[in-house]
Amino acid sequence: MKEKSGKQKDTLIKVLKYIKPYRFLMALTIIMAIVSVALTLYLPILTGDAVDLLAFIGQTFFWPDLFSLLGKMAVVILLTALAQWIMSLSNNKIVYNIIQDIRKKAFRKLEVLPLKYMDAHSHGDIVSRVVADVDQFADGLLIGFTQLFTGVITIIGTLGFMLSVNVGITIVVVVITPVSLLVAAFIAKKTFNMFKLQSETRGEQTTLINEMIGNQKVVQAFNREDETLEKFDEINGRLEKCSLRAIFFSSLTNPCTRFVNSLVYTGVGLTGALAVIRTSGIFSVGQLTCFLSYANQYTKPFNEISGVITELQNALACAARIFELIEEEPQIPDTEDAVILDHVQGKVDLDHVAFSYVPERKLIEDLDLHVNPGQRIAIVGPTGCGKTTIINLLMRFYDVDQGAICVEGTDIRRITRKSLRTSYGMVLQDTWLKRGTIRDNITVGKPEASEEEIIAAAKKSHAHSFIRRLPEGYDTVISEDGGSLSQGQKQLLCITRVMLSLPPMLILDEATSSIDTRTEIKIQKAFASMMEGRTSFIVAHRLSTIQNADVILVMKDGHIIEQGNHEELLEKKGFYAELYQSQFALG
Amino acid sequence: MKSLLVYLKDYKKESVLGPLFKLLEASFELIVPLVVASMIDVGIAESDRNYVIRMCIIMAALGVTGLISSVTAQFFAAKAAVGFATKLRHALFAHIQSLSFSSMDEQGTSTLITRMTSDINQIQSGVNMVLRLFLRSPFIVFGAMIMAFTVDVKAALIFVVIIPLLSVVVFGIILISIPLFSKVQNSLDRVLGITRENLTGVRVIRAFGKEMDETDKFDRQTDALKKIQVMAAKISALMNPVTYVIINGGLIVLIYTGAVRVESGALTQGQVVALVNYMSQILVELVKLANLIITITKAVACGNRVAGVFDIPAGMENGKGSLTEGEGRGTVSFDHVSMRYHEGGEEALTEITFKAEQGETIGIIGGTGSGKTTLVHLIPRFYDAEKGSVKIDGVDVKEYDLTTLRDKVGIVMQKAVLFKGSIRENLLWGNEDATDEELWQALKIAQAEEFVLQKEGGLDAPVEQEGRNLSGGQKQRLSIARALVKKPEILILDDSASALDYATDAKLRKALREVPFETTVFIVSQRASSLMHANQIIVLDDGCVAAIGRHEQLLEDCEIYQEIYYSQFERSERKKG
Repeated sequence: MKEKSGKQKDTLIKVLKYIKPYRFLMALTIIMAIVSVALTLYLPILTGDAVDLLAFIGQTFFWPDLFSLLGKMAVVILLTALAQWIMSLSNNKIVYNIIQDIRKKAFRKLEVLPLKYMDAHSHGDIVSRVVADVDQFADGLLIGFTQLFTGVITIIGTLGFMLSVNVGITIVVVVITPVSLLVAAFIAKKTFNMFKLQSETRGEQTTLINEMIGNQKVVQAFNREDETLEKFDEINGRLEKCSLRAIFFSSLTNPCTRFVNSLVYTGVGLTGALAVIRTSGIFSVGQLTCFLSYANQYTKPFNEISGVITELQNALACAARIFELIEEEPQIPDTEDAVILDHVQGKVDLDHVAFSYVPERKLIEDLDLHVNPGQRIAIVGPTGCGKTTIINLLMRFYDVDQGAICVEGTDIRRITRKSLRTSYGMVLQDTWLKRGTIRDNITVGKPEASEEEIIAAAKKSHAHSFIRRLPEGYDTVISEDGGSLSQGQKQLLCITRVMLSLPPMLILDEATSSIDTRTEIKIQKAFASMMEGRTSFIVAHRLSTIQNADVILVMKDGHIIEQGNHEELLEKKGFYAELYQSQFALG
Repeated sequence: MKSLLVYLKDYKKESVLGPLFKLLEASFELIVPLVVASMIDVGIAESDRNYVIRMCIIMAALGVTGLISSVTAQFFAAKAAVGFATKLRHALFAHIQSLSFSSMDEQGTSTLITRMTSDINQIQSGVNMVLRLFLRSPFIVFGAMIMAFTVDVKAALIFVVIIPLLSVVVFGIILISIPLFSKVQNSLDRVLGITRENLTGVRVIRAFGKEMDETDKFDRQTDALKKIQVMAAKISALMNPVTYVIINGGLIVLIYTGAVRVESGALTQGQVVALVNYMSQILVELVKLANLIITITKAVACGNRVAGVFDIPAGMENGKGSLTEGEGRGTVSFDHVSMRYHEGGEEALTEITFKAEQGETIGIIGGTGSGKTTLVHLIPRFYDAEKGSVKIDGVDVKEYDLTTLRDKVGIVMQKAVLFKGSIRENLLWGNEDATDEELWQALKIAQAEEFVLQKEGGLDAPVEQEGRNLSGGQKQRLSIARALVKKPEILILDDSASALDYATDAKLRKALREVPFETTVFIVSQRASSLMHANQIIVLDDGCVAAIGRHEQLLEDCEIYQEIYYSQFERSERKKG
């Protein structure tokens, strides 16, 4: 418990840091809160005076006095409204600026997080931190600011006013009111677990929704709609039960505290009325009216504050989740003296490289590979042997554990990431397209490309003919992940992207796996002319596509078990020869 | 939003009783100022202590009954709201499941997921609030007015002026903010979109060194979001001050009129106090309401988003004949079938005609985007043909009951998808009643037996969400096994061996030819070697059939097939020769 509150305090301090740039606005909010509360509290006094004045009706001073009182009231009312308005405006400004700051910071962090983090965390979770949690935090902050401030100031203010009117009755109010706080605290404590259960069940449901709606087509293909719905309903039923409990029990706070308030009200009425009778009018009816309205105003913030505290706790919990992301260890930044790679010839050396994703499971050990400029390196081997890992290391998506990778003789850890990565043109099996036009997607690597260049690249990759047939040609907007384009068409677009930017080195990881072989051969020709003089790394299943590589690496379990060109490897009659024969096994 | 209210209908009792008890509580609250007034006018005026005490006891009693009715009201409101949300969630989930493939393509999953989760939560709190307070607030407001009439008709006329004025302000602000909140929600969708894109495309973005551009893009989106948020907030910020001015302005007029009326002897001091109290009750209620307006406005905006999903027609209508029985032979015929994905778009398939007999293997081959996948998706009626007819066992697929139809077909899709659970649970998707023996048999055919055996727990080995803990090849083999467990009359393999190496692929094909049950097999593939033994090979080119025939035949007279074949074999043939 103590640990938890310590963590909350930490989070609170961090939140305050985000508020700091807006401290002047914050001060304005607080001043306006004080002004509006003070004026709000002053109004009942004026009203009370006016009511008392009614007793003197018929006297000569009655009407002038009443008018001056009413005039004062009008001024007070207008000023209050103005203060309230300024307060809301500045409050909104603070909150929306802060959450924008936080979102921007979170996003910038995403851009520098090591890939390890992205690979290990569910994307849905990260997205919900950046979007949903920040939103929840904003709601809490907004309500917290307005209600907590005005609430606390109201309590202090009313206490002062009440004391100035009558000490005895004030004591009655002060003694009874905290009962409502106790009641609220009791209910909050009891319902905390119910809320926790509710959000856990909600999480469970979201996971199911994510999985099933994300893969709806498979569900439909297997006629599993009913079973899925059944599973959904089971969770939904549980959610109904625990939500009902959580909502009902927490909603008891309001009636209960209101009940306490009505007791306070009655208490004030009783003691007040008796006081009027006892003092035979020194404590006036007008004062009693004003007191009754104070009693109302004094107790209300107690209800609100108890509600605000749960809201704020919730907001802090969300803030903690965002800060967790923001404070995540970023990738090691480029060193001060990092060189910018240019005029790349394509000499790549891997010296005794060792790497594994998890220390317990060794993957690549003592890998040695020396590539001369312009060479074509093919990597083959069964699934899970570490082919893709090598690409991760070449691109420096992951850093090696031991040994070094050098480009042009320079350790890649001493080269800026940007210049290293843009020296490679990469096409992966997992195609990725962003929402936007076809043109936007092609020009990712070369935004300034001219129309002619784009079309030339698309022709080379044989994407031009299908793009031309799309409703808006190159300006057709495609949705998240390519929408209704076929897998092969998506791959063609990814290839076009690289054909356009023409980087000095190439990485092709199953780049043509979904493209028909006829088109593939044509693309291979384009690749071949592109690879002329460019160092390239090729991962492929189809051995036909790699036969004319300069060096073929045959990998198994993280090791290179065979190395050589096609003919040499066939001579060896080893693993590669076996793989090769199986392609043509007609059995 | 209105269309969603049908889901409240099972909670009629609760949605009536909830507000009713709330009203009961409110009416007790309304009596309080009257009690106070008579306490002042009778008790204090006549210095009658006993009377004062009696009045206080009445007030306390009103408090207790108020508490009881309020708790009852909260219960009914919570029950109705939660029940409503549960029903709505169920209906929405069922509806989304019934959406056709084309609607799913159009909508995209991410927005459906937000609507299913966060939007419905917002609606639930909205309904709860409405049941609890939206009736109560107008009731208190009008109740206070009526009570004011019982005190003094002339003074009460002030209420008659003020209340419509307030309603105009409150509803005006709601009406203006609803579209703004929808805009906020949509803008948030875009922020979510970019964030997702940056996670899924992290490798490409970094490979092209595009981090800065993406950050700029994100900044622009959050700026836009902030602008709309601040704008929406500016309008809601007017609510409090404006209502405050109107009510307290009314108070000033009230005191003035009160003074005139007291002067003429029509009112007592205590009655003026009661009138002032009613006015301040209205104020308190409106302040509460103002805080809720945002919740309710958001709920309506979200409600519209959810209703939007319901407006998408459920994808496929069950066949008119709703045939639930079939001959079960597994013959498939296409008769001049054409189809396009978007109205006005290019035809994806044009005039396809062929016939597959029971137990035959049909190969489908063709260039990228030539319509291979589209063709096989027409068989289980994922999409409808625009022209011509697709028949299974001589009956148009549109005549079948959808469940019956899809039970006949086992399909393995290009992208292998598994679900969270165990391997066994995943395989049982094919057939709930399959025995372990049958599962192993399917695994064996799918070349998955070996690696499943190696897994700890075998069939009970856990599968993570979307099969994240399995390699691409393993996923493909398991999804093939899943389709085999079904023992379908028609088996479709849509390029589903692409992640397998050639040796495994060859073994798989061999095993598939020896499946122990009669099935018509469709194999879509890029590899000519996968199709060589098919009874018929359909060569597609740009959505049209270029040729149909056996391997040898096609090799002789189909130019496209020759090209495909030699692109894969030419070199080695030559070497062999």
